[in-house]
Formats: sequence, C-alpha cells, structure tokens
Amino acid sequence: MEHIRTTKVEQVKLLDRFSTGNKSLTGTLYLTATHLLFIDSHQKETWILHHHIASVEKLALTTSGCPLVIQCKNFRIVHFIVPRERDCHDIYNSLLQLSKQAKYEDLYAFSYNPKQNDSERLQGWQLIDLAEEYKRMGVPNSHWQLSDANREYKICETYPRELYVPRIASKPIIVGSSKFRSKGRFPVLCYYHEEKEAAICRCSQPLSGFSARCLEDEHLLQAISKANPVNRYMYVVDTRPKLNAMANRAAGKGYENEDNYSNIRFQFVGIENIHVMRSSLQKLLEVNGTRGLSVNDFYSGLESSGWLRHIKAVMDAAIFLAKAIMVENASVLVHCSDGWDRTSQVCSLGSLLLDSYYRTIKGFMVLIEKDWISFGHKFSERCGHLDGDPKEVSPVFTQFLECVWHLTEQFPQAFEFNEAFLLQIHEHIHSCQFGNFLGNCQKEREDLKLKEKTYSLWPFLLDDQKKFLNPLYSSKSQRFTVLEPNTVSFNFKFWRNMYHQFDRTLHPRQSIFNIIMNMNEQNKQLEKDIQDLESKIKQCKNKQSDGVLTKELLHSVHPESPILKTSLCLKEQTLLPVNDALRTIEGSNPADNRYSDYTEEFSKSEPGVVSLEYGVARMTC
Amino acid sequence: MEFSELIRTGRAQAELLPGPEEPPLRGTLCVTGHHLLLSPGPPSTADLWLLLLRSVDSIEKRVAGDSGTITLRCKDLRVLQLDIEGVEATLDIARSIEALSSLESVITSFPFFYRPKGLRLGDAWHFHPPECYYKRVARETNAWRLSEVNQDFSLCPSYPRAVIVPRAVDDDALARSARFRQGGRFPVLCYHHAPSGTVLLRSSQPLTGPQKRRCAEDEDLLRAVLAGAHPGARGFIVDTRSAQAAKQARMTGGGTEAKAAYPGWKRLHRPLERGRALQESFVRLVEACGDPEQSMDRWLSRLEGCRWLAHVKEALSTACLAAQGMEREGACILVHGAEGRDSTLLVTSLAQLILDPLSRTITGFQELVEREWIQAGHPFQLRCAHSAFSHARPKHEAPTFLLFLDCVWQLGRQFPLSLEFGEGLLLALFEHAYASPFGTFLCNSEKERCLCEVRTRTHSLWSGLNHLKEQRKLRNPLYVLNPLAIWPSVEPQSLRLWQGLFLRWTRPPESSEVAWEKVWQIVTEREKTEGSQPTAST
Repeated sequence: MEHIRTTKVEQVKLLDRFSTGNKSLTGTLYLTATHLLFIDSHQKETWILHHHIASVEKLALTTSGCPLVIQCKNFRIVHFIVPRERDCHDIYNSLLQLSKQAKYEDLYAFSYNPKQNDSERLQGWQLIDLAEEYKRMGVPNSHWQLSDANREYKICETYPRELYVPRIASKPIIVGSSKFRSKGRFPVLCYYHEEKEAAICRCSQPLSGFSARCLEDEHLLQAISKANPVNRYMYVVDTRPKLNAMANRAAGKGYENEDNYSNIRFQFVGIENIHVMRSSLQKLLEVNGTRGLSVNDFYSGLESSGWLRHIKAVMDAAIFLAKAIMVENASVLVHCSDGWDRTSQVCSLGSLLLDSYYRTIKGFMVLIEKDWISFGHKFSERCGHLDGDPKEVSPVFTQFLECVWHLTEQFPQAFEFNEAFLLQIHEHIHSCQFGNFLGNCQKEREDLKLKEKTYSLWPFLLDDQKKFLNPLYSSKSQRFTVLEPNTVSFNFKFWRNMYHQFDRTLHPRQSIFNIIMNMNEQNKQLEKDIQDLESKIKQCKNKQSDGVLTKELLHSVHPESPILKTSLCLKEQTLLPVNDALRTIEGSNPADNRYSDYTEEFSKSEPGVVSLEYGVARMTC
Repeated sequence: MEFSELIRTGRAQAELLPGPEEPPLRGTLCVTGHHLLLSPGPPSTADLWLLLLRSVDSIEKRVAGDSGTITLRCKDLRVLQLDIEGVEATLDIARSIEALSSLESVITSFPFFYRPKGLRLGDAWHFHPPECYYKRVARETNAWRLSEVNQDFSLCPSYPRAVIVPRAVDDDALARSARFRQGGRFPVLCYHHAPSGTVLLRSSQPLTGPQKRRCAEDEDLLRAVLAGAHPGARGFIVDTRSAQAAKQARMTGGGTEAKAAYPGWKRLHRPLERGRALQESFVRLVEACGDPEQSMDRWLSRLEGCRWLAHVKEALSTACLAAQGMEREGACILVHGAEGRDSTLLVTSLAQLILDPLSRTITGFQELVEREWIQAGHPFQLRCAHSAFSHARPKHEAPTFLLFLDCVWQLGRQFPLSLEFGEGLLLALFEHAYASPFGTFLCNSEKERCLCEVRTRTHSLWSGLNHLKEQRKLRNPLYVLNPLAIWPSVEPQSLRLWQGLFLRWTRPPESSEVAWEKVWQIVTEREKTEGSQPTAST
C-alpha cells in the first residue's frame, strides 16, 4: 500500500478508443492494492488488475486535463483524462510501482483468497495429475520407462522431476547426453502415440559446435528410434531457421550432424525466435491502435508485422509432426535452442492434432500443464510477471493459443471448449492471480511453495465450464481422430476477439454462439421435462388401472390447474419464459461507430469545407 | 440464326475435373445450344452433368499429342477442367463454347427456353414493387402518390412504369424535372422511414452544365419532399462522387445541385468507386484467391492491393451515413451519383436494409432487390456480361451488385440473428445475376424487359427460389425479428473477406457446412421438443 499516494480521483474522463468524436465517460477512479477501478456515471465498473498493466504513459497536458494511457497485457487500452496534473502524476507513479513487482511474494496470487480451506486448495492442485496423463498415453510400457535421473533436479533444473525415456537408455547415457545438450535438456518423451507406437520427444540444441560429438547422445537418439518397433528412422526437427542454427555453431552449440547419428532424418522448420515474435506483436498492436485506420493500412500493417506468417510457421511445424507419426509411423525429436519456447509450441500443438483428448476442457489443461508448465516454459519471464529484462518477454504462449483458435475456426466441432476458454487462459497467464504460471520451471515453483501459498487456476475454470463449452462439439469422435488443418494463407485471419477483446464496438452485436448455447440448454431442459411428464403419465396409468379417474390424475400432474387444457398452456408458459429472454435482441447504437461522428457535422450550420480529422472523409456543404 | 451453325461437333469422350475436392467424371461430352453436357459412361451411375454455357466467363484450350484440355472459368468463379480425346474434337468444342457463351441476343437466351416442371409461366412476376410498396407507404403517410407518368417509358427509359412521388407535384412538373436530370431519372421515393417520418430518394445528377442551369420544377419537387416530411425538415443530398468529380461533370453537361437553388438541402460528397476501377478490384481479388500456394505476405499484400474490402467499407459507411441522417437527424436523404443506376442503388438499398426490419426477411429482401435493383434500372446485362475471368477488355462491366451482396453478407455476419436469409440466398443471387436460366436479371431496364416480353416468356427467379427443395440453404436458422436499426461496425478489423464466395471453390467447405447442419439440428430439435410437449401428455 505504500505505493499508493492517491486512492480516489473524481471527474476523470475515460475516452473511447475507437471514436474520433472524443466521446467520453466521466466517473471516479479508485486505486486499490490490486486493481485500478473506474466507475462511470452509469455505475458501470471497469476493473484493471495491476499485473495486467504493460505500460503507463502520461501524455502532454491538455485543456481538459492530463491524459493517462494504460496498455494492458490482455490488449486492453484505456485512455483517461485526469483533471488535475498532480493527481495524474500520483496515479502514474503509483501504477508504475504497482505494475512492476520485484519479488514473487508481492504478486497477487500470494494474497488472493477465494475462501477455500487448505484441503480444498490441495485438491485443486491435484486436479491435473501428470503421472496419470502418461498412463493414459500408455507409458510406462515395454519400450518406455520412468527415469529417476532427474528426481532431485540434479541433471536438469528446468525439467520436471519425472521424465520418461527409452527403457534401453541407461543412466550414464542420459547423464552423458544431458552434458551435450544446452541447459542439460536431454531428449525425453513428451507424447506417446499408443496406436502407432511412435513418440514425440523434446530436448534442447546439442553442443556440437563445428565438429563435437557425444556418443551417449547418439545412443540416446538411437534408443528413441529403437523404442519405435515399426519404423527404424526418426525425425529430428530443429524448429529454428537454418541460418540461426548455423550461427549457433560458432558459439559451440548448433544442430545434429546427420552423419554422426544413424537413422535420423534432420529437418529445419524455420520458426523465428522470441525477439522477432515480440517485435512482430508490437507492430501488430501499433497498427491496430491507429485511430481511423483504413482498410489498406490495416492489411499492409498486418502483412508487415509478419504475425500471421509466424502463426502459420508454428502450425506447419505441428502438422509436420502429426504427419510423421500418422503417415510414416516415425518418432520425432523436437528442439529449438533451449527447448522451452518453440519446442513447447510445436510439441503441444502436434499432440493436439493427434489426440482428441487434448481438445477437451480437461485435456487442454493437462496439455498446458505438461508441455508448457512442467517442461519449463519460462512463464514469468515471457509474461514479464516481475520487473525484469524486457528482452525476455515474448508472446510465445499467446501464439500457441492463437494457433489453437485457428484450429477451432477450421474444425468448429472438434473442440469441447470455445474461444472464451482460450481468452480466459490468456487472461490468467498474466494475471498472477493463481500459482500455475508463476515461476519459470518446476523447481522454482517448489522453492516458492506455490502449492501451499497460492491456488490453482484449473478447478476455478472447471467450475465455470458451462461458459466455456462449445455447443457444436461432437464428442463421438475417436481418441485418435487426427486434425489435418489446411494452412493455405487464406485460412489465417486476424483474431479480433483476442486483440480487440475490450473494444466492444468492433464485434458482432449478436452472438450465434450464445444463442446456440442457450438453445442447447433449453433442449436438454425440455427433454428432461418430457421424460418427467412421461414417467408421471406412466404412474398415472398404473393408478388408473387401480380405478382412479383420469381427470383427477392430471390434476396431480399439474395441481395448480383445474383442467388439462389450461394446465398445458400454463405449463408452456412457465416452462418457456426463457424463450423470449434468450433471444434478446441487441440493437446497436450508431454512436458506437465511426460514421456516427458525422452527427456533429449534420448539426453544424453551413460550414464551408469541413475536412474531418484522420482523413475519414471530407464533406462539402 | 440457328444454334446448329455454331455447334461444330457432335460429341466426344472426355474427363471432367470439377475441382480440388471432387472426384473426376468420365463420359461423353456434348454441346447443345445452351448447355455443355457430360453423360457419364456406363460404369458410373452419376447423374448427367450440365453447365449453362452462358456461365462460362473464359475458355482456354491446350492440345498435346492426340488429346486436349479445355479450362473453363465460370462466372460464379468456379474453374473446371475438361480432358478431351482427339485434337479436332477439342478445338471444335472449344470454338463452339466460345461462340455460344458470348451470344448477345436476349431473346435467344436460355431463359426463353427454360420450362421447368412445377413452375407456371408468369408466376411470381406479380411482384410489382412500386405499386406494392406504395400501398405500404400510403398506409404510413399521405404525402406521396403513385404516378404513372412513365407508363410508356418515354419520360425515363430506365424507370419502371409507376413511381412514387410527392403528392404536391403533378405529372407535368415531373416531366420537366425529368428533362433536367440525366437519363430522365428525376427524384423518386425509395423508402419511407415511418419512425422518423422521413424519406429516402434517389435520382441521377442534375444537368446544370457549365452555365449552372436551374429547373424550377426540380427545385419544387425537392421542396415538396421536405414539406411532406415534417415541419422544418431538412434534407441531405448524398452525392456518391467527390466534390471535384461533381464539379467536373458540369463540363459534360452534368453537375450537382447548387446550394442557393435548393434551400433546406445540404450536399455531402462521399466518393464511391465505380465502373472499371471496381471491376479491376474484383478481378485482382479473384486472381489473388486463385493461388493457394502463395505466402502469407503475398496474400495479405494482394488482399490490400485489390482494395475490395476498402470498397466494402466505403459502401457500408455511406449507407450508414444516409441511414443515420434519416433515423437520427430526422432528415430526408436524396442519393445520386452521375447516372444514378449503380452506386446510388448500392447506397439506397443498403440504407434500407439497415433501417427497415421488413427488408431483412426473405420476401422483403427479394422485394428490395426487385425494387431497388431490377426495376430501378441497374443495367444487369451490361454490368454482369463478364465476371472476373474474362480476358476481354471490360466495357461496361462492374460488380456493383456483387459489392452490394458482400455488404449484406457483412451485415449478416455482424448481426447473425437479424437477417432471415442466409449466405445461400446471397450466393444464389450472385450466380443468377451473372448467368441464369431465369429471366429476372435479363436486360438493363424495365423498358427492355417489356420489349423482350421477359415477363410472359421466361420464369421468374423468385418463383424458382421459392420452389427450391432445399429452402434450408437460403434460410438463417437463427433468425428472429429485430425491430431496430442495425448499425454495423465499419472498422477494418470488423470486415472480413467473404470466403464463402471468393474461396467457395478452392477451400473445402465441409467443416463449416457440418457446423451449420448441427445448428439446424439444434434448432429443429428445439422446435420438436417444444411442439411435442402437448402430445406427450395426451
């Protein structure tokens, strides 16, 4: 609390980001220990978590006050005008302090209290059990076993304790291999395809330099390919562009030399590094934030940001994995440099294509927990949870979610969850409200005692799962129905609901999704009612044979109505009140849209030539 | 002229490759006066395959060895490939198709020969929208009357026989105003917005010329419009040209309303792309959509370069401006460009769709198309002579109507519950506007349709659509009447490429179709469960 200098400022204006008419709402701004709160004159509340704040900017003083622009990690942008400069300055300074914490212990998760007791909290953490997940995949088995090599994090600090490796790979081989891999991240199992007996494995780049070899590493790769009884060769996928991988050789790192490893097929897939991705997103956001954006500027900005090109690259790599397993029955080893960014993207997306379990709500949680959290994707650094090196921040996980969204668009029936689920997860990787995404690896999380001090996000999402269900989901599909997305460029679209989630006016005013969802619910309810009624009728009929009058019987079904006919009407009325409410018609307000800014022009008296700001259009009167 | 003179071959063996997702079809190929037929060989039990020759936009032939390949690019953007046995046969078939697909005569076109089962000639031609629509206007206000001053099309060849005009203006004054407007298109009513008591009018440009001529009757007419609306009503003239283009038009005898001559009216210029530039935009977009191999960057830059979505945005926002003037400002709106037969209709029809819930129903929309496009004299025959594939130098082609359909699709995407019709109807209208067995989109105006006796000698598309077995494809299962105006967002982030049209033949549509099937299933289930309740208890 010591950072908060002013807790309340009145007469603050909130500007509409997408209106040129400088429309605004006036209200009161409150600063709490965890949130920034704005309550407008209609009592509508806008809550902004301090941890969501990516940047705060104080613009030059204007006649109406001092502008304060806050950009959030969930792509919300708010533009306040604070009447007094001193207040603005105070808020600015407080937010700067509050949004950048130096210690994990100061993050929201450590103070967040959803009123659960210790055993409930522990249960929450046990919801996702990775040992259970490996069992589901079919390991351990005759080819794969659990290794205790990393039980004390001795071999690799950024891996989980429990790792699955080929049964024939001995401990010395593992230790030897780990010394030949960047950060000790030696090849381990990440997904096992039971039907094809093929595996997706992951690791970091080898320390091969220009000529170094490591027999243990070569053995371990051989062991992986031998663990696949069907196919003798395996793919080694380096997810980096070839040039980057070659540059790494000069630093004593690099990639596998095909001549040294028997039976491998080496492949680059060319996904760019975290720095390229960060600046790509930056460019994308700059373009979208432009007021009065023209269609052409939008598309040329989308192109020059390269964002969709990167998304396609990740998707193509995942498809490569799925094809290697499905078509060639070959195992795949994936790595990038350290094996925690691009490798996580490609492995998890590949598994998602292969295994329909990961397309369920629970399965998707497991997937994130396994490929991202446990294998040491550096969430805290990539999301900038703490005040740290801005060069470590990168939207790697966001890209993964976007790839999944593109898949849900191409396969509207293949996923149990909907877009809201993806957005909610994205919200929480930055919120620091739950412990799951804090820290950069499992060891760090254990040191922080997150399971004792914070809560897990997943049970809360499961409790809310109604909101996240896809009404079109068809669950009949087999476990191994493989998605084969088409990655022609046409299929990649700008994800408006992610990058403009809070810009209400840009979205469709009516949601197909909600209405179908409600109809589905209603159908279920009605069917249940029919069943109830039928069973009651059955009961009645039984009684009838005992000599009771039908009329009275029906009364017992609908005690409130005297005769059958009215009772039915009543029934319909009481049953279907939702009917009207559910199809609420949302009209829209022209004032929400840009063309509405002509309103002022309409009412002006005979100006000569009015050229509107931002070149929207020009009117001569 | 006999078709047989143009048909240079009997038949040939051929294999048809209909598209990336469909299996090839082998059989005997045959050219008739209006169709290309492929009757599948004995092993196959597939139905006869039929293509209306009129829908061929461009044809490309290649011969190699003793066989040839013909690539047909159709007006509905489909690309078909025919592998034909025999070089001579290939060349003959190609020449026949070329000759027959470019016939210009209207009365020998297929609609004059098409006699489908179950339809009667003359059905659904009873849509007489001006009269029909006038009944609705008359219920709402008595400031307007139906004039038959154009009964013999002498006043304005591109208007229908009957038009709705201010009650206070007599037919003589209309005639004078017509002489002052290009092509005789004097201001007429196209929509009365009952909630605000204001009206939407359209016309062509006034013929002020370099001398800035005036016409008292034309001025009276517009004055009467304001007087008929409500006391103190104001008016806006939305000119779909830039201020400069409007000024330049004076040199060629056209021009725009002088401020002093029309008190109460204010002019707004919203330039919309038209003519050749619009056609080029369409051609470039379709080109870009035809190349699935291109990189992401190339695709985005071509999408930008073709400017199609920019045109969508401009059309929608101009329509919104007009609609807003009526709904919010209580003002009367007159829309015109130069001829008033293209972008003018785009704006007036979209504005109605935004404001008028009735025009968002299936019949209301058909009526809107009939009234605001067909009867209003959009020159369909000229504009839709060729689609995006033709190598011929464009003369009068312009995809104005397609742009309208695209804008409607955008509205439907932003208000998925508010249109009673679905994408299927829009696709059907696109197809039929360019090539159709029905007579609805034939000719350039009512006058020409009368001369060709289109109404008595061809079938109406509307009755064809209403008899279609698969009504489901035309409907929106989620429709519910929305009594409010629907204001779309015109930000570039909110507009999307209409994949269902531009990528219809290149992308596998299955998943989205399956999803819609599921939506239908949920909707019908709901109707069933609701309906079955009483029976369950009886």
